[in-house]
Amino acid sequence: MKPKAYMNPYLAGLFLGFVLLATIYITGRGLGASGGVKNAVMYGVEQTAPEHWENTEYYQNYEESNPGSPLNSFLFYEIIGVVIGAFISGVISNRIDLKFEKGPSITSKTRFFFAIMGGVLFGFGSQLGRGCTSGSALSGMAIMSFGGIITMFAIFGGAYMLAYFFRGLWLNTGGK
Amino acid sequence: MAPLVPEFISPEFNLVIALIVGIGFGYALEQAGFSSSRKLVGLFYGYDFTVLKVFFTAGITAMTGVLVLGHLGLLNLEMLYINPTFLYSAIIGGLIMGAGFIMGGFCPGTSLCAAAVGRLDAMAFIGGSVVGILFFMEAFPLFEPIFVAEYLGVLTFYEVLNISPELFGVILTIVALGAFYATSKLEDHINNKKTDVPKNRKWVYSAIGVVPLLLIGLVWLTPSKKEYVRNLADRQAASGEAQLETMDIDELAFELVNHAHEYNLIDVRDTSSFSESIPTAINIPFDEIDSEAWTDLYKQPYKKNIFIGDSEETVLKAGILARIMGDEDPIILDSSVIDFRDAIYTPTEPAPDAPKHDKDVYRFRNNARIDLIRIEERLKNLQQPVKKVIKRVEGGCT
Repeated sequence: MKPKAYMNPYLAGLFLGFVLLATIYITGRGLGASGGVKNAVMYGVEQTAPEHWENTEYYQNYEESNPGSPLNSFLFYEIIGVVIGAFISGVISNRIDLKFEKGPSITSKTRFFFAIMGGVLFGFGSQLGRGCTSGSALSGMAIMSFGGIITMFAIFGGAYMLAYFFRGLWLNTGGK
Repeated sequence: MAPLVPEFISPEFNLVIALIVGIGFGYALEQAGFSSSRKLVGLFYGYDFTVLKVFFTAGITAMTGVLVLGHLGLLNLEMLYINPTFLYSAIIGGLIMGAGFIMGGFCPGTSLCAAAVGRLDAMAFIGGSVVGILFFMEAFPLFEPIFVAEYLGVLTFYEVLNISPELFGVILTIVALGAFYATSKLEDHINNKKTDVPKNRKWVYSAIGVVPLLLIGLVWLTPSKKEYVRNLADRQAASGEAQLETMDIDELAFELVNHAHEYNLIDVRDTSSFSESIPTAINIPFDEIDSEAWTDLYKQPYKKNIFIGDSEETVLKAGILARIMGDEDPIILDSSVIDFRDAIYTPTEPAPDAPKHDKDVYRFRNNARIDLIRIEERLKNLQQPVKKVIKRVEGGCT
């Protein structure tokens, strides 16, 4: 079966906007993603290296302000929801498929390497910048937060500045 | 009044809410095409501006909704979580994320979506982000100085520009609409094709684009719930038909001496002049009298609220505002606090041939003074002013 076409971007944006608005109305806070991944990483540290957990100030500070398991957090449950929601959408639109997606001029190996590198940088940057595209930029825009909108400009600005150097990853460069 | 957490929804049930809104979030992202890295980075090479369209439409929709709900008094904007601004980490973190975006083709939210529909590169990206996050947490002391540098506080963009939130909303919406138009032209140019949007579709797009502008415009022009309530109180006070129960100085002194526990005495003057008040009084400055924080105080049926202050008009308005907010029987003192103190603390002794009534009043005031000073001494150690503070919701990604 052929995958169905994507939703009209404006319609999808409207839908996403109402999800965000409902979240703010109910919980007083916006959406997020990197924070949920962070909770999962913390849980891993707590389970595999409990002594290290006890002796590291960063984790102890976190535990002090958020008692209980690190998984017992809004954002962790939210990203579980994200995976479920995306899967449902994928099933409905016939897009479930185990595959690599890459630019036309690179090998799967290259794509694999840069995907990991991108993840490392994005994960690190999201912690330094106190939130990623969802938590900082999108949710920040909805409540007109200065820091959130600054981070949004920095993310997209940074990507634009570097786009030229990484064009080989994404564009058809004619075998160069 | 929203937000519903934590007053109406418990933190535990909040996790169920998290799962549900997460499903909506993931569904929206995947439907928009954010599970495809090539579609995402199209933004940076100009062949696909879907990200910009979805992102801005969502942001403008939510922002307009927040402004409208706040205006109608349905959402307390003072309670919303606003990410604090640490300028250096916001910019440097953002730039690093930008580098991650162009190299990896995802951001954390979209990588989860893409992994959910089976994209192996997204799974690699998630693996990388686990490493990146772990590295930050483990090496935190190294990055802490930059992490906490240039703290500007909980700050909104319109405060920085020193304009109203509505004007900022209008500007951002116009920028977004302009970007939609320009990028759709640019997209066609770069892809060497021409998308013919049918004329009626053009009308629909334009009409929808105007909706947020209209809504924000209405928010801008019409009085907010708070302004409306204040205007109503002004009108009722001016018409002279407010008919609030009043007390005079001696009645109040008598009630305080004998039944102080039946009343809340509320001083509506500024906190600076509050040090010289009437014993047992709490301070709620007139500007804050209609804050949500006091609804419980006004609505409780156990004690009557007595409003006191400097000017008769302000006290009357405070009483009316309390009544609008749910106080069934507010009482106002018909004299100023200063008059009360003069009359009770330094009563003038009547002449020996004064009428008996005057002598009774003098005797009463003298006794009341002793009792009130005793009450004042006993309450001295209480924290003043007793204040309920509305806290912002906890949030954010860290």
